[in-house]
Amino acid sequence: MRYLTPRKRAIGKGSAHTGTHHHWSMTMSSVALAFMVPTWMYLFGSALGQSRADVVAAFAQPFTAILTALILVVGMRHFAMGATIMIEDYSRGTARKILVMFVTSLATVIAATGIYALIRIAL
Amino acid sequence: MAEVKSSSPRRVERPLSPHLQIYRPQLTAITSILTRITGNALIVGVLLAVWWLAAAAISEDAFARADAVATSWFGDLVFLGSAWAIWYHYLAGLRHLYFDAGHGLDIPTAEKLGWGMILGSVVLTVLTVIIV
Repeated sequence: MRYLTPRKRAIGKGSAHTGTHHHWSMTMSSVALAFMVPTWMYLFGSALGQSRADVVAAFAQPFTAILTALILVVGMRHFAMGATIMIEDYSRGTARKILVMFVTSLATVIAATGIYALIRIAL
Repeated sequence: MAEVKSSSPRRVERPLSPHLQIYRPQLTAITSILTRITGNALIVGVLLAVWWLAAAAISEDAFARADAVATSWFGDLVFLGSAWAIWYHYLAGLRHLYFDAGHGLDIPTAEKLGWGMILGSVVLTVLTVIIV
């Protein structure tokens, strides 16, 4: 009889030793996004094409503002981690390091910009 | 690629795995790489959406500029593409969770799920365009 769970045996394996945690982080963020994104698509799609006053009114709604902020934080983290894996698969050396820094920064800047916009709109 | 330097006697000529180009394209491989492509391409739609939202927060002029792009044919194309990419990536993620739980890994089931993702993402995109 095995006393160790499959997860316990997987932790720490591989050259980076952190793949299990990475995979679990992606699993958690994907499930969170799966619950949030369809509703957000409806809210965003309804606001798109409206006047500025209507857009501001739509995103000033507490539910819309909080959902948008959550999607920015969770979604941009999910993007940065996924894009990092893609970069690590296809590039090496200095190019890899610069690209990983670039996508991580891009994701952070996008999230920060979106949250700044929400604060100005909703508060 | 597999050059053996005489100065490093420990390096051995290892067999290379068959190259990607000699394989006939398979549904499972294509649906897998499309997951990565859709996920990463979504950054374009996110950039446009966040620019548009930030412009709405800042000023009338900024919003007029961003809204002109976001509601142009280019904006329509980006957001229509993003809607499909979201749904495709969404179904691929669900399939990933199902695979992770140890189900559906035999080839007939995996291929059925692959077609389900392709057709499902198109149907959901059409529904999104109708509803929104």
